[in-house]
Amino acid sequence: MRRREAFLIALEALRVNRMRSGLTMLGVIIGVLSVVILVSVGTGAKDTIEREISGLGSNIILVVAGRLNVAAAPTQGRLTLEDAAYVGRVVGDPSRVTVSLQSGETVRVGQAEQFATVVGTDHNLPNVFDRPLDKGRHLSETDVDTRRRVAILGAEVADRLFGDVDPIGRQVSIAGARFRVVGVYATVGATFGVARDQEVHVPVTTAQRLFGLPRLNGIAVGASGPDEVEPLQRRIVSALEQRHPGEPFSAVTQTQLLGTIGTVIDMLTGVLAAIAGIALLVGGVGVSNIMLVSVRERTREIGLRKALGARQRDVLTQFLIEAVLLTTIGGIIGILLGVGGSLAIGAFTPVPTSITWWSIALAFCVSAAVGVFFGVAPARRAGRLDPVVALRAE
Amino acid sequence: MSALEAVDLVRTYRLDGVSVDALRGVTLTVEPGEFAAILGPSGSGKSTLMHLLGCLDRPTSGVLRVGGVEVAGLSDAELAELRNRTIGFVFQSFHLLARTSALENVALPLVYRGVPRAERLARARAALESVGLGHRLDHRPSQMSGGEQQRVAIARALVGEPEVLLADEPTGNLDTRNGSEVMRILTSLNEERGVAVVLVTHEPEIAAHARRQIHVRDGLIEADTRS
Repeated sequence: MRRREAFLIALEALRVNRMRSGLTMLGVIIGVLSVVILVSVGTGAKDTIEREISGLGSNIILVVAGRLNVAAAPTQGRLTLEDAAYVGRVVGDPSRVTVSLQSGETVRVGQAEQFATVVGTDHNLPNVFDRPLDKGRHLSETDVDTRRRVAILGAEVADRLFGDVDPIGRQVSIAGARFRVVGVYATVGATFGVARDQEVHVPVTTAQRLFGLPRLNGIAVGASGPDEVEPLQRRIVSALEQRHPGEPFSAVTQTQLLGTIGTVIDMLTGVLAAIAGIALLVGGVGVSNIMLVSVRERTREIGLRKALGARQRDVLTQFLIEAVLLTTIGGIIGILLGVGGSLAIGAFTPVPTSITWWSIALAFCVSAAVGVFFGVAPARRAGRLDPVVALRAE
Repeated sequence: MSALEAVDLVRTYRLDGVSVDALRGVTLTVEPGEFAAILGPSGSGKSTLMHLLGCLDRPTSGVLRVGGVEVAGLSDAELAELRNRTIGFVFQSFHLLARTSALENVALPLVYRGVPRAERLARARAALESVGLGHRLDHRPSQMSGGEQQRVAIARALVGEPEVLLADEPTGNLDTRNGSEVMRILTSLNEERGVAVVLVTHEPEIAAHARRQIHVRDGLIEADTRS
């Protein structure tokens, strides 16, 4: 018997038992659907975070005191402005080094008030980070040197406090002190859930006095090119550790950050996909179960086919193809629904999704493999049926 | 060369460790073109004999030649092919595939012979016409009477042009009128086409259609008479 014949016979058998075939496929459909959707959500999350990190700027090295712990909030470390100047000398170009000292404060304009992350920084910030302005100017060297009370507002802060009014030249009150607005940043969105549009930048020297904190949270360095990033990172850390013997310092690059976060997300995606894979496996068990029932129910048909000249192999092929058809058709439906679901989630919810070809290919191959794996036992049972016994069955 | 040749056939079943001798040494020859009836009460071993002659089962001992081929040396797949080419089956309960047209049912044996679809359907159509069902090609078993269903089954047995047609109680599920119509068809097939027909029955009046009566009792041939 030709393969084509076996294929047609199997297809016919599925068509004839439409209801049962559909219900059997449902398990596989749900499994494949979950794999495709969960992987696309995981990949979407990873893409978004990568885009956010890349959006910070390029070739950035972040330096903090102590051992780096991704999970911990930035601590007020031992770094000082003198250390920042020293790092500038190590880098060989002070304009590529900027600093940060952060504190959550309430910003007021008249009756309006808005909670914001007030960041003390300096005039080198735009050399290191991509932080385009919407209006006004960045901090100047004089602002920092003379501890001017000037502020640059994040887009959301400006919008909440001033609405349609142009904030440039107007006064805001930060932690009880008056500041003059000199600039407004363009909208940049969030990074790691840090809403950068809710930041207010002020000169670091002003911030240190205002908050009463002599230290810095961190120093950021912009390397001149991708190849310089890692050697510079090592140089900065060892220079700082030489300057402060016995105290640890850490530096992390964008690439390392991306790598770490990417690994975590990949792991989460993997776990989710594995859970979905279990659903697929359960679907496979369902296929096996139904095929066994089907073999029993069609014992007389099998006996008849054998009496008419079907070999063991012909019957086995027929039932195996039936099982594989069940799972691959289920797989295709699951993929279509999964892709549709991912697109819908991406379009109608804030959850980003990104459909990957490999998850689709994998889901399809796994569903076909599930059909073979779970179809073999029932198909063998069908193939081995004794025609005499099978014909007598009721 | 005989169509079927059995020498001292023994078939023993083992059920839960107990041996049951269904056939205890049957020697029998069916010549091409013969019309024979195997008669016997239920439990006599006549069904077992038919299963052996139809290559659906293998003898415990003894020699069986079907179309001159010694069955003992064949693999299961070769046995299936031998069955497909030399034997046509007609069963008491018709054994048609439900939800499948008469034409497709009749063409089924040719599927396993690898005959291309167009030829298969042409031959199936001819076989159905020869049993007077040329107008029922696309009907399903459930849309036909018992007599018509059995005629479809006879067409299916014929389509592969076998040497021997084995009919197991072919009229058992039919009323007298349909039963005699089926017997008329079997008789004319035997006379016109020269197909050997072996009929298994417990009804003497059905067996009377055959020119030879083989009486089986307790796993042995009791009498073998020709009329």
